[in-house]
Amino acid sequence: MARMTMIEAIRDALDVAMGADPSVVVFGEDVGYFGGVFRCTAGLQAKYGKTRCFDTPINESGIVGAAIGMAAYGLRPVVEIQFADYVYPAYDQIVSEAARLRYRSAGQFTCPLVVRMPSGGGIFGGQTHSQSPEALFTHVTGLKTVVPSNPRDAKGLLLAAIECPDPVIFFEPKRLYNGPFDGHHDRPVTAWKTHELGEVPEGHYTIPLGRAEVRRQGRAATVLAYGTMVHVALAAAEEAGVDAEVIDLRTLLPLDMETITASVSKTGRCLVLHEATLTSGYGAELAALVQAECFWHLEAPIRRVAGWDTPYPHTHEWSYFPGPARVAEALRQLVEVA
Amino acid sequence: MNRPDPNEFPPLSLAVPEPEVRPGDQPDFSHVAIPRAGTVRRPPVDADPESIRDLAFTIIRVLNRDGQAVGPWAEALDITPEDLLTGLRHMMTLRIYDARMLNAQRQQKTSFYMQHLGEEAISCGFQRALRPGDMNFPTYRQAGLLIAAGYPISSMMNQVFSNAEDPMRGRQLPVCYSSREHGFFTISGNLATQYIQAVGWAMASAISGDRKIAAGWIGDGSTAESDFHAALVFASTYKAPVVLNIVNNQWAISTFQGIARGGAGTFAARGLGFGIPSLRVDGNDYLAVLAAAQWAAERARCNLGPTLIEYVTYRAGAHSTSDDPTAYRPTEESNAWPLGDPILRLKNHLIVLGHWSDERHAQAEAEILAEITQMQKRAEAIGTLHHGQHPSPADMFEDVYAEMPPHLLKQRHEAGF
Repeated sequence: MARMTMIEAIRDALDVAMGADPSVVVFGEDVGYFGGVFRCTAGLQAKYGKTRCFDTPINESGIVGAAIGMAAYGLRPVVEIQFADYVYPAYDQIVSEAARLRYRSAGQFTCPLVVRMPSGGGIFGGQTHSQSPEALFTHVTGLKTVVPSNPRDAKGLLLAAIECPDPVIFFEPKRLYNGPFDGHHDRPVTAWKTHELGEVPEGHYTIPLGRAEVRRQGRAATVLAYGTMVHVALAAAEEAGVDAEVIDLRTLLPLDMETITASVSKTGRCLVLHEATLTSGYGAELAALVQAECFWHLEAPIRRVAGWDTPYPHTHEWSYFPGPARVAEALRQLVEVA
Repeated sequence: MNRPDPNEFPPLSLAVPEPEVRPGDQPDFSHVAIPRAGTVRRPPVDADPESIRDLAFTIIRVLNRDGQAVGPWAEALDITPEDLLTGLRHMMTLRIYDARMLNAQRQQKTSFYMQHLGEEAISCGFQRALRPGDMNFPTYRQAGLLIAAGYPISSMMNQVFSNAEDPMRGRQLPVCYSSREHGFFTISGNLATQYIQAVGWAMASAISGDRKIAAGWIGDGSTAESDFHAALVFASTYKAPVVLNIVNNQWAISTFQGIARGGAGTFAARGLGFGIPSLRVDGNDYLAVLAAAQWAAERARCNLGPTLIEYVTYRAGAHSTSDDPTAYRPTEESNAWPLGDPILRLKNHLIVLGHWSDERHAQAEAEILAEITQMQKRAEAIGTLHHGQHPSPADMFEDVYAEMPPHLLKQRHEAGF
């Protein structure tokens, strides 16, 4: 075990994958010599050479389009989109191409590709460095979508994503890069080194895609969360004094319905969280699934707390962010329903 | 022009390009400058791109009006008379196949079809410059790549009919073929996406220290897509071993090529700003296509990087079976096209060489037609769009992922399969 930040854990996963498999190549904007604006690829070019880790032109559809060609050839590209907010020029390549190569060619061509991108707010990034566009990808069949919430998961999930024979969209909540963040922006920053999940196994291991993890056991309500909101949920449960069970989904698609159903069947109440805007967000899918699978166990309407349906504002970041106060209030109301 | 009074500039106006002629007008290609065959120089493959910029503004032609192969591009051709006869046969096969499938679409045996009429030399000729293992990233109008690579016509028909033997299992629109084994990447149907993928594939070959090269394909209209630009940037930056082909058939459905080309002199000239050697070639001249393809493929194999080739041709047929060109261009325009018919031109060349005759041509045509008709009967016996055997609907759920995830399995059960 080693103590790592999420950045170091991601870098370690890339290092392990590149060391084990010469077909793994890593590229993106500022990814090569400099090692990425968040330093997730630092040192990889020096270690593996310029043809395995390199800088690209600023062209996201080019980055993903070239990676699809490489994956079809037989490489395993892991590309970085500098911010999730910049992924839209690559959307056609991801949706119409990467996600469908296997299907439309009846398995002749496949696309073992990982698209990594920092997502979420909390760093005063304004509308173009704060978005959480995961629902735009969970809506696309043929893709898998992953959002880790801590260094240990980030490494194991990224290695699983790289080994996955299908394209994986890998969101990295950037506010978690350097420490667990529970939404209390006015308190001192905590570091991963004091957190249990900042302990990262050395060498190769994977966390299977499609498995959620219960972060807090509880009987009064189930909270479904992923990424930064997992930590917000844990804080809110304590602050609200609600015996909530907090589930870290980790993989949004495929979704671990078994863990969700078992929990909601037990608690009878469900709160769904995400930082992304509310309307047509992934929470709508979660609410629909929970309603369909656990209807006879439900004792209260399913609630959602999410980002407001506005662009991510710069100066009003903390009024926008679905922080612990809003989540705690929702939890209290949820358990009060008779 | 007189300098206007800086205080009184005139109101602005928008320029929207128009083709020279429209339905009812006399076809006119006088604006297409066509050099005589054999007059364009052939530089060495390692020539400094700066020194060959002129090749993006002319038209490389090999076959002259007398059916002779002339000039430096002809002299450099690596080809035997048997190869030429094979090339002619490929083009004739493609044309006859197209005619049969077009007819099958009219008989509602399939939903849709796209023919190559007038453009047969480009895909049939280019493929002869590739080797096993190389990979094309085609559009929907390069089936000649498959034919010249030896892909079974019967498999193409099964795909068009979406029957039980369709290698794509009824998932793709007709003509969206795929064959990894024959160096033919799965056709998207979205435009231009494949161009940058070809560059990525070529980069992967170079990263792996392999010897394979890639070829990207795009039409004149789709060069306006951002992915065209992405492909040129990446190909130029990493010197990818790729041949980037532009088929300029003058028409993007109803939109004339001037809308995509804008103020540029030629489509080939788009490559110059990227430092990519760029050729403009007579697309109706099988030998010119092959000569340019061999030059570009050699550059790629020698690690000299990408080449951009614009094939100047004319889409003699409709864009697809859903299109009616009489609504936007003169009906006689295809006959007025000054570069002639690619099959006729190669046929005449072979006759001049003494390897072919009108009789043998007619006989070959009859043979191919009989062969294809026979194949079509067999394919139709398996099934057509609305009749016969089709892939099982249960198959609809396969190949979305390598392993079917639980939610999809559940949906398959719900659908009753």
